[in-house]
Amino acid sequence: MSNGSDIDRRTRGFRASLARLRATFIKEFLQLRRDRLTFATMLFIPLMQLLLFGTAINTNPRHLPTAVLIQDDSSFARSYLAAMRATDYFDISLNATSEADLDHLIRSGQALFGVQIPAHFGRDLIRGDRPEILVIADATDPTATGNAIAALNRITETVFSRELTGPAANLAPKPPPFDLRVHLRYNPGIETRLNIVPGLMGTILTLTMLIFTGLSVTREIERGTMESLLSMPIRPVEIMLGKIAPYLVVGGLQMTLILGAAWLLFGVPIEGSLPLLLALTLLFILANLSVGYTFSTIAKSQLQAMQMSFFYFLPNMLLSGFLFPFKGMPGWAQHVGEFLPLTHYLRIVRGIMLKSATFVDLQFDVLALALFTLAAMALAVARFRQTLD
Amino acid sequence: MTAQASADPVSDIVIDVEGLTKSFGGPPVVKNLTMQVHKGLIYGFLGPNGSGKTTTLRMLCGLLTPDSGHGTCLGYDIRTQTTDIKRHVGYMTQRFSLYADLSIRENLEFVARIYNLDQPRKAAQDAIVRLGLERRADQLAGDLSGGWKQRLALGACILPQPELLLLDEPTAGVDPKARRDFWDEIHRLAHEGLTVLVSTHYMDEAERCHEITYIAYGEILAHGKVAEVVAEAHLSTYIVTGPQLAELAEELEKRDGVDMVAPFGVELHVSGRDGKKLEAATADLRAKGPQVWTRGEPTLEDVFIDLMSRVPDNSV
Repeated sequence: MSNGSDIDRRTRGFRASLARLRATFIKEFLQLRRDRLTFATMLFIPLMQLLLFGTAINTNPRHLPTAVLIQDDSSFARSYLAAMRATDYFDISLNATSEADLDHLIRSGQALFGVQIPAHFGRDLIRGDRPEILVIADATDPTATGNAIAALNRITETVFSRELTGPAANLAPKPPPFDLRVHLRYNPGIETRLNIVPGLMGTILTLTMLIFTGLSVTREIERGTMESLLSMPIRPVEIMLGKIAPYLVVGGLQMTLILGAAWLLFGVPIEGSLPLLLALTLLFILANLSVGYTFSTIAKSQLQAMQMSFFYFLPNMLLSGFLFPFKGMPGWAQHVGEFLPLTHYLRIVRGIMLKSATFVDLQFDVLALALFTLAAMALAVARFRQTLD
Repeated sequence: MTAQASADPVSDIVIDVEGLTKSFGGPPVVKNLTMQVHKGLIYGFLGPNGSGKTTTLRMLCGLLTPDSGHGTCLGYDIRTQTTDIKRHVGYMTQRFSLYADLSIRENLEFVARIYNLDQPRKAAQDAIVRLGLERRADQLAGDLSGGWKQRLALGACILPQPELLLLDEPTAGVDPKARRDFWDEIHRLAHEGLTVLVSTHYMDEAERCHEITYIAYGEILAHGKVAEVVAEAHLSTYIVTGPQLAELAEELEKRDGVDMVAPFGVELHVSGRDGKKLEAATADLRAKGPQVWTRGEPTLEDVFIDLMSRVPDNSV
């Protein structure tokens, strides 16, 4: 009997709690709708960022400006330059007149590569003297030159196959005694956009979601409405969920826009399950909204909340594997990275879109995201100041 | 959920607190405050700026936790049962604190939903009609004038049918007509059984309260019905009319036995705590003229200004 009424009372309490949550949701949604500029910004800025960065960022650049200093008149020199051009990585557009000139072209940034083929190169080669070709690369940015140099190494074997026939055939390199097969899976064309566009989806959602909820509590404090809100019988967890929920809807809209653009404009395939991708993206959105909300319960002003968001955003950009290879970081940095939601989301989104990963493949990352979300929410509820003390 | 924990039925005391003290790092803002408020009364809370009125109201409704002291509000403990207090107390903040970017209707519906009223839309609509806000119902709250904002804030406070209203300087910056309407409404609510604790700066408003408490620098200096407070101050007052009042005031302020000189329009109120000393101190001036001196009753304002001058300002 007492047990029954206890359950009854709890059910009623839960209903009342849901009603308050709904009240906050409606209020936040109305405020959001009224602020048209923000609403429009929320939907179109991410799309523009995607278009801008998606087309602009290229980690495998081709047609790099190359300066040459040719001091040899043999067909070998011409063949070598032709083979370089054929890799597509080199745009031989500058002719240096001297070694000093070559240095100047590279130092001034006009050329990323300098190629010097010394005098009597062809003659020395036929004699078997192993003459040298000098390639100078501006390695200040390793990403820019790395793939080009790799391509250069590949042409060495085949470049003079036409010239080294007949009597010179013994100078031609011999094939190795085994065959190496490399499969470039998931992105055989090494196209940056296939890697960057899904990653951009994660970074754009991180930033926008953080900003939405990062301001939500501090705004009420700065406008003075918090005093009224706190004098009403509403619990911190109800306020939190009521404030987060509308942005889950907005995040869902953003996600749809970005995914649509990735598919239609960038031709990024969705190899895996679309429903799984949508569900896990919503989880990621929730994780970021919780972080933003946590910041807003800690910050004293909207400015502070913004600063916290940016401090949080930077490691997300740099340590998550978005711009730089995650496995290339030292161990400690990878450990830090494991605590960032974006790290896990990148594995999820790249996994599903490119590698048709399934839930089982991704379960560790899903668990990590879920735990992260719960921890952020628990912290936010604990940090929420229920009084004005 | 509400009935079993409610106030002691035999007593009609709504607020009963003892020894409340609160500081925000510095000297206490409220010192050892003890007060009782009876059901159905309009209880005025007076005092200068920074005297601790707002802090006291916030402690009563659970927005601040007292450093020491204890007590109940509507029978609920002000430290531990703040959720219950919030459900039954309407608190109107000094600064307008409804959502400026929501309409009147949306604000009221939000409140109705938070308090889990049966039909929030209908409750909001009824409140709009009662407040006479039909034509403005869909206007943004932020666009309303001061008087209408305050009216809306009161409407939002009484929407969940609280048993106690805490109003923090509700009429600051509101025109006299709106102030009068506001007070008529408060009297109507008190008549219906609501208890009202209202802080104010205005003496005319204090005189419309059933009981008043005067608080300065966190301490209660006087308490009771208006007439009692005036009588207990034991002030003797002369009302002076005539020419050159400013010069006269300057002269009087130097004299021992004259505790307070205050101009009221064409009158000058001259008061002293000791009637005999006041008579002696002013005898020559009264005889000389050309001003006309008459014995008068001190006003509440005279009493308060005098109370203020007796307490050293240790908050600075």
